[in-house]
Amino acid sequence: MNIAEHLPILVIVIPLMSAIVIPLVGRINKLFSWYVTVFITLLSFVMSLSLLNTVISAGRISYWLGGWEPPWGIEYAIDYLNAFVLVIVSFIAFIVSLYARRSIEKEIDKSKVTTFYSIYMLFIAGLMGIIVTGDIFNLYVFIEIASLAGYALIAVGKRRDALMASYNYLILGTIAATFILLGIGYLYMVTGTLNMADLREKLPMLYESKVVLTAFAFFTVGLSLKLALFPLHAWLPNAYTYAPSVVSAIMAATATKVGAYAMLRIMFTVFKLEFDLHIVPVTQILIILSLVAIVAGSVIAIAQTNIKRMLAYSSIGQIGYIVLGAALANQTSMTGSLLHILNHGLMKGTLFLVVGVVVYKLGIEDIAGLKGMGKKMPFTMAAFTIAGLSMIGVPLTVGFVSKWYLATGALSAGMWFIIPIILASSLMTAVYFWRIIEGIYFAAPAGIHQPAFAGYGNPEPESQGSKQVDGFLPRDDGPPGLLIPTFILAGLCIFFGIAAFIPVSMAGQAATMLLGGM
Amino acid sequence: MKERVAKDHIIRRVIAKILIPFIQLYALYVIAHGELGPGGGFQGGVILGSSIILYVIVFGIEEGRKRISQKVSDTLTSTGVLLYAGIGVLCLLAGGAYLEYSMLPLPTHKLASGLGIYGIEIGVGITVAAVMITLFFETARREDD
Repeated sequence: MNIAEHLPILVIVIPLMSAIVIPLVGRINKLFSWYVTVFITLLSFVMSLSLLNTVISAGRISYWLGGWEPPWGIEYAIDYLNAFVLVIVSFIAFIVSLYARRSIEKEIDKSKVTTFYSIYMLFIAGLMGIIVTGDIFNLYVFIEIASLAGYALIAVGKRRDALMASYNYLILGTIAATFILLGIGYLYMVTGTLNMADLREKLPMLYESKVVLTAFAFFTVGLSLKLALFPLHAWLPNAYTYAPSVVSAIMAATATKVGAYAMLRIMFTVFKLEFDLHIVPVTQILIILSLVAIVAGSVIAIAQTNIKRMLAYSSIGQIGYIVLGAALANQTSMTGSLLHILNHGLMKGTLFLVVGVVVYKLGIEDIAGLKGMGKKMPFTMAAFTIAGLSMIGVPLTVGFVSKWYLATGALSAGMWFIIPIILASSLMTAVYFWRIIEGIYFAAPAGIHQPAFAGYGNPEPESQGSKQVDGFLPRDDGPPGLLIPTFILAGLCIFFGIAAFIPVSMAGQAATMLLGGM
Repeated sequence: MKERVAKDHIIRRVIAKILIPFIQLYALYVIAHGELGPGGGFQGGVILGSSIILYVIVFGIEEGRKRISQKVSDTLTSTGVLLYAGIGVLCLLAGGAYLEYSMLPLPTHKLASGLGIYGIEIGVGITVAAVMITLFFETARREDD
């Protein structure tokens, strides 16, 4: 057997099987389950890279499950777009799993550790499945796998609020999944096919059909709910705030991005560009909604005092950028949108990992508690500053690259009024990040920190760490197991900001393909 | 208190003891006959699981856990899925696509295809039964605590 030929299925099956093996090896030793998780996520990343390489050299890959020819059988289709997103997701999954061990020990019950890794792998397998599949019903199945695992991951947090947040997400997520399923059902009703490429061929003659319009409406609302586009974002802030930091990081960096990917697939692969532009005004609607999201996310983020909640609202704004680029539907803006999937993943990943270190060391999530920490935790705070500057969009960081493409994309679409909105949002981002960065480096520490709540973080402050000695705290940074993964992501924020041509060329190819060159 | 009630109801216990083997036999039939008639791994698994649940309802949770401990049901849950995925990987190793049973190294393609589906149905059955049992124990336990 030729392994390379079977990579499209192996990239799903191996994480899926590991999710089942982990509880078994976890019985022998809890640490084994972590080793397996790290090894498998690394393996998935390598396989994704290899797939990306194949796509670059040989074009689209089509894999037939069980040897059944599409459109009858299930097809896994990999082109520039999936390969690009697949590499991002598997890489972030690997980095976060490296980080997970120390942070999880602190933030969840000991008895749940093995189960956590199992669900984590299930979550990753679901996300990768969404990305790889070329079958619209299979897409729904993987969305459900990823969502169910996601609800469990959020609920694993120690606080009772985590259960409520997870429950809210469960209700809204289920509504979203139902909408998506209804959309699929309607499309199947009129075309009799579930294969995406086949749907693309068969749908154009039915574009005026009421059934197809209804299906498209269901898809748009369902997917907007999944990716937390502004008026449908209500589940997100609590979910990110009360989940363990590792879960917030992986969800913020991958889950909503995969939702955005699914939306792009439906809007531009299953349906053609003409449909989005001329038959229903969906692009105009999405442009307006995403602009509202960009502004509202930033404004609400300014008002937050809990750092995780602030990052969550900032995510809502950033999702607006991704949708905006897609809805403008020209080459430059689409490139910007795809770049932002990568860039926001890196930035938000870094930020949530930094918060994880802070929770690990200090047991606090308050913005005020970060005051003066520049001296105590210099490395952690340096990573925070890099990612924060990147979020603002300072040149030489990734945030600048995607905002540049989005702004020029808006210009070439003739919508100059978008530029001031992007600028204003960047300024607001500067407001809410700068007040933290200023506090970190220039303010005096706030004395001994009270843990935000019992049973979380350090129950009693470590005496040498938190005692104030003449407004000067001794250095006491996080352990290397947490700092190294954080710094890899932070480093990439700068690396891809300077060597931007690597992701830009990939995203550019994917954008050309999406906009009709398929 | 609960234990005493269960022990007192001799009719319940005897009927359950008579019924359970037949329910399980029927479950095995549904699993085994799945690829040819109505039924299959899922339905058979549910029936198999419900036979255990009947046992637990009649004899109590303690007795039930003696027969099927948490460890066993957890392991079974994993085993079933592993069987499914393992057969898929075997197909890969035999040179076919994932889950292309007819490529399994058996005398005829037809036999290979039949046995492949058969193995998968059994895997589904084991997992579904184990999950049913786990769900029941989990919901029942809350009341006991």
